[in-house]
Amino acid sequence: MNINIKILFVTTLAAMSSLMARPAAATLNVFACEPEWAALAGELGGDMVKVSSATTALQDVHHVEARPSLIARARNADLLVCTGAELEIGWLPLLLTQSGNRQIQPGQAGYLEAAAFVNKMEVPHLLDRSQGDVHPAGNPHILLDPRNITKVGEALTARLVQLDAANAAAYQARAAAFQKKWHDATPKWEAQAAPLKGIAVVVYHKDLSYLLRWLGMREVGSLEPKPGVPPTTGHLSDLLAKLQRDPAKMILRSVYSDPKPAVWLSERARIPAVTLPYTVGGDEQAKDLFGLFDDTIQRLLAALK
Amino acid sequence: MVSTLRFVATLLAATLGISPAAQAASDAELAEVRAQIRQLKEGYEAQIGALERRLQGLEAAANRPEPVTARTELPVAQAPGRAASEGSFNPAISLILNGAYGNFSKDPNAYALGDFVPAHNGLSPGTRGLSLHESELAIAANIDPDFRGNLLLSFDEANAVSVEEAYFQTIGLGNGLSFKGGRFFSAIGYQNEIHSHAWDFVDAPLVYRAFMRGDNYGDDGLQLKWLAPTDSLIELGGEIGRGKDRPGSNRNKNGSAAGSLFAHLGGDIGDSQSYRVGLSALRTSPHDAAVNDIDPAGADVTNAFTGKTTIAGADFVYKYAPNGNATHTNFKLQGEYFRRRESGTLTYDTAGIDGLAPANIASRYSSTQSGWYLQGVVQFMPQWRAGLRFDRLDRGSVNVGAANLGNLQRVDYNPSRASLMVDYNPSEFTRFRLQFAQDKSQQSVTDNQIFLQYIFSLGAHGAHKF
Repeated sequence: MNINIKILFVTTLAAMSSLMARPAAATLNVFACEPEWAALAGELGGDMVKVSSATTALQDVHHVEARPSLIARARNADLLVCTGAELEIGWLPLLLTQSGNRQIQPGQAGYLEAAAFVNKMEVPHLLDRSQGDVHPAGNPHILLDPRNITKVGEALTARLVQLDAANAAAYQARAAAFQKKWHDATPKWEAQAAPLKGIAVVVYHKDLSYLLRWLGMREVGSLEPKPGVPPTTGHLSDLLAKLQRDPAKMILRSVYSDPKPAVWLSERARIPAVTLPYTVGGDEQAKDLFGLFDDTIQRLLAALK
Repeated sequence: MVSTLRFVATLLAATLGISPAAQAASDAELAEVRAQIRQLKEGYEAQIGALERRLQGLEAAANRPEPVTARTELPVAQAPGRAASEGSFNPAISLILNGAYGNFSKDPNAYALGDFVPAHNGLSPGTRGLSLHESELAIAANIDPDFRGNLLLSFDEANAVSVEEAYFQTIGLGNGLSFKGGRFFSAIGYQNEIHSHAWDFVDAPLVYRAFMRGDNYGDDGLQLKWLAPTDSLIELGGEIGRGKDRPGSNRNKNGSAAGSLFAHLGGDIGDSQSYRVGLSALRTSPHDAAVNDIDPAGADVTNAFTGKTTIAGADFVYKYAPNGNATHTNFKLQGEYFRRRESGTLTYDTAGIDGLAPANIASRYSSTQSGWYLQGVVQFMPQWRAGLRFDRLDRGSVNVGAANLGNLQRVDYNPSRASLMVDYNPSEFTRFRLQFAQDKSQQSVTDNQIFLQYIFSLGAHGAHKF
């Protein structure tokens, strides 16, 4: 090997080690995979945490890439909060191995998988890709049931306390305040949503199952022929025929999905197509978790009229 | 000896659950045992049936939507009791099936890259007709809390199985450091680390074909990488290795015969755009590296090169997706430039094939050559992508010692190629691709190439590099 390269190599290593000592962070760096967990971490951590979300409400979390900026952010994170249940399987494992950050590896205190703390729906009986892009651990889109937010909030509080013990009391106080506000809001949403009970809907993707179960709504079909497989004309025609026998009141889609198939079906089945914010930042009103649930229910009720 | 035999026989009998006396079992006894087994079986079947009916009832109840007013506490999910099994720690296994139909207007076996070393052989642009392309088996798992292991085997149309990558890497060494060892694709360039099934075109850019063996430069070596504690990606790293493949050669030498350095900078521009740019250099010292060429009469000859080869390059990739949502439409632009400097001794015709000249003529050889490509791929609607690539090699300067001036062909020609592809992806795991290319690698030869390719991925869900 050439001597020059050897020297360069050693110099680089020396430069690395001198830069390595990062000043102790005053705030806890939280890397959230999705906006809902970023919002939750913000509610629970306040000024004590610096939160960033890897994705926005306008992105399909299944199809995100391990972008350079995400690798850089994962490297500096003290706590990673992701949905898990293989929702981020296409990019998170790469971020973890590329980050060189021990704290956020699975099994460490800095790794929190939200879906591990709730009961998952739709755990597949048949694990075969002929069924589409199935998630072996069950449906990972857990956020739209407020009881799940409570559970994840409790787990996240415990982690924040564990990682930043000096501020334990402050985290607990914030958590108590948030949980109280959340527990007060939940029955209000349930009361508002009472007219939605039993309403039949068509969804785009299986990302609203928890919302439908919570509100007692009934899914009669999905625009995707199989989870993760884009809608086809043939499938939409079948769905239209099915709706003539078993009518639905509305078509629901999350803001990140393609609007065209919902519009197509809406025009032919003569039922409204409703765009839901899905997560924090999905529309103007969904500024935080409370706004997200307020707006979701308002949009559903508006479509009912 | 006899007692040992008897002991083994008794042990065997005990294992099989029969006493030596039972060997003389009468028909009556057999019938009795059969009756008992039947009874047991019927009993269990009845019990299983009852349990299944109960399970169905419970499942039906569980599927009923919960009343809106009930603010039931959802039970905390506990990992469901998992039965112990040897298979629980099986690594993630994924398989890539890759193959194509190739149609070449010029004989792919006569393909050559003019005045580049090597000029011929091992540079084939493909096979006419249907052929298997690099199909791959990948196995990966965490080894322990500190290490992760990866193995990637590739199978080609000639039935050869090769170890493309087999390496360990650290999991979170801390401070942004990561370390890798074993056989792996070098981090030089952009496309070099990407396996062929994940490329946007059927074949590698010409510059890779000319400068690296096998279209990806891999080596048996060690890699250390460091990520800076910044919001943008700043990644620095280096590798040392044996330099076993072109541009190196398999040497019988202690220490290392190849080294590389690389630096990457990357980030986002708003929500919709992201990029990575990189600089890299690879230095190898090949010794008697066999390089294939064509003699002035057009016959295959083997030369040998000993000296130093340095490849330095710059690369970039830029991606755009509206609001960062690549599911419907997206665009990707990537380009790489490499410059190769060789200096040393070239020995002409080591096998003495060229009847006109004596074998093993050694002379000084030095060259400075370069190549680049630029490609853009757009997903214009869900499931459909189209791409355009332009390739070019620059012959640069080649200096051959007087002894070999007449033996080595010196064609002042810059190879180029243009490729157009369209692919259809019915699901995340399936890709069908059609590619047309006009390859002008040889002077006054235009090869029109058509490829029809399939790529399937099975098993564990892979994660792809940016």
